Amino acid sequence: MRNFFQSKIILAALLLVVFSLGCLNLGTASNTTKVDTLVKTEQISANNTFSKHKNSSENEKCFQCHGQSKYTYINDGTKKVVTKKMYVELILKRSVFYESNHREFKCIDCHSEEYQTFPHAGTLRMEAKPNCLDCHGGDEKYAKFHFENIDKEFQASVHSEKHGSDFTCWMCHNAHTYLITARTSDNIKLTISYDNAICLNCHSDINEYQLLTDKEIPNLIKKHDWLPNQKLHFQSVRCIECHTKKINDSILVGHKILPKKQAVKRCEECHSTNSVLLASLYRYKIKEIRSSQGFFKGVIANDSSVIGANRNFFLNVISVIIAVFVLIGIFIHTLFRIFKK
Amino acid sequence: MAEEKIYFYPVFIRLWHVINALLCLILIITGVSMQFSNPKYPLIRFNIAVSLHNIVAILLSVNYFLFLFGNIVSGNGRHYKIKFKGLFKNLTVQVIYYTKGIFQKEKAPFPINKERKFNPLQQFTYLVVMSLLVPVIIITGIALMYPDIFIPLKFLGFSALHLTDLVHITAGFMISLFMMIHVYFCTIGTTPITTFKSMINGFHEAHD
Repeated sequence: MRNFFQSKIILAALLLVVFSLGCLNLGTASNTTKVDTLVKTEQISANNTFSKHKNSSENEKCFQCHGQSKYTYINDGTKKVVTKKMYVELILKRSVFYESNHREFKCIDCHSEEYQTFPHAGTLRMEAKPNCLDCHGGDEKYAKFHFENIDKEFQASVHSEKHGSDFTCWMCHNAHTYLITARTSDNIKLTISYDNAICLNCHSDINEYQLLTDKEIPNLIKKHDWLPNQKLHFQSVRCIECHTKKINDSILVGHKILPKKQAVKRCEECHSTNSVLLASLYRYKIKEIRSSQGFFKGVIANDSSVIGANRNFFLNVISVIIAVFVLIGIFIHTLFRIFKK
Repeated sequence: MAEEKIYFYPVFIRLWHVINALLCLILIITGVSMQFSNPKYPLIRFNIAVSLHNIVAILLSVNYFLFLFGNIVSGNGRHYKIKFKGLFKNLTVQVIYYTKGIFQKEKAPFPINKERKFNPLQQFTYLVVMSLLVPVIIITGIALMYPDIFIPLKFLGFSALHLTDLVHITAGFMISLFMMIHVYFCTIGTTPITTFKSMINGFHEAHD
């Protein structure tokens, strides 16, 4: 009899445990799978290269899954360890994020705090991405960038006109990865290749390009057949030098992307005294060189190459002076020959 | 005034000279047009100036090599053999003559005759232009035509393309100065048009 009671108590306790676990599961997801990340292929120790960033340990909770191509959890139902592939769009490399402008942010500064629950609720997928102005608009700290003017130009661009609100800042400036280069890098070639890669991300990738259109992707090499020294031009100028129009001079980079027919095609627009490159690509760099190395070096020894030799102001002045002196010399010599006859 | 007519300029030299002059002129005009290009006031539209400059430059280069070949074959090249002994003194004498003696009706210090086609200053200038400036401008020009093949990105920390361009336009500028003075000096003959005539008929009118 005593044994009978003992076995009943054990059975009740077991039922209670099972019931409690069931209740816990109901609180997480619709299925009975409790997810727990077990395997980290890219373990981040406290001393790693990213730990200098103030939110790296907090962010690491996200990077454990989103920093790699797969994630692992235990299926509570089967008790088996399951490895799943992470969607490419949801992978963010730590090295890229911690080089980007937003490297000191916590993931949940921009994403919902509900993401701290795992697995994430399906409704979170509908969360709207913040656009640049949500944080940068009307903020004194970012006044020098004139985000409001950038937005005005962007709204007038061919991207906005054709695709409306489907074309967001994110298309070119992924907040997870974007790194400003024009104002920070000494290497103008780096700025050029970085900025051109932004355009090529869609304009040379059919999958990205066709997210917003059903059209075939144009062959950029063929479209630019008319351009002499095409390869060198592609290495030396940004797509936006010819394909944008800056309405407002307060911003460094024009955001009004032009329809292709309005793109700059006349060589003199760049290869001249008032080269459009001076207003954009070289503007910041020239200012910097002049302040750090003096006006002379800024003009004579800059990296600007052949965009109209008028850039070498002093050399031009000197050459004109020499030519004028030669002509005066010839004139005087002629006069002497005439009057000394 | 005793006059002697020397057949100094055979047909190939005259042809080369007139072709060279025309090509140089086009190169200078298109070069200046590119150098001082302005979308509002183009001397020649930039892309046309570039194409013309490139085509004419190739023709000039071919013409240059024909000139070298012609000089070797015909023996005309001997007139460019410079005498280094006393060169500086001879150059000074000739410069003094052009700046002073010529107005005082002095005799030319190095009169032209069958054996001496050029005075030392002419010889020296032609040698500098034809064996230094023209090769430099041809080489830098070819490099600028195919920058991706010939020009490394950096040279001594500077943009190699920029430096090549500077060398090219500096050589072009010096050749332009030479052209101005060269044309002017052609007016120093028996009459101002005597030398121009000899460019057509091939005879140099020597005078004492």
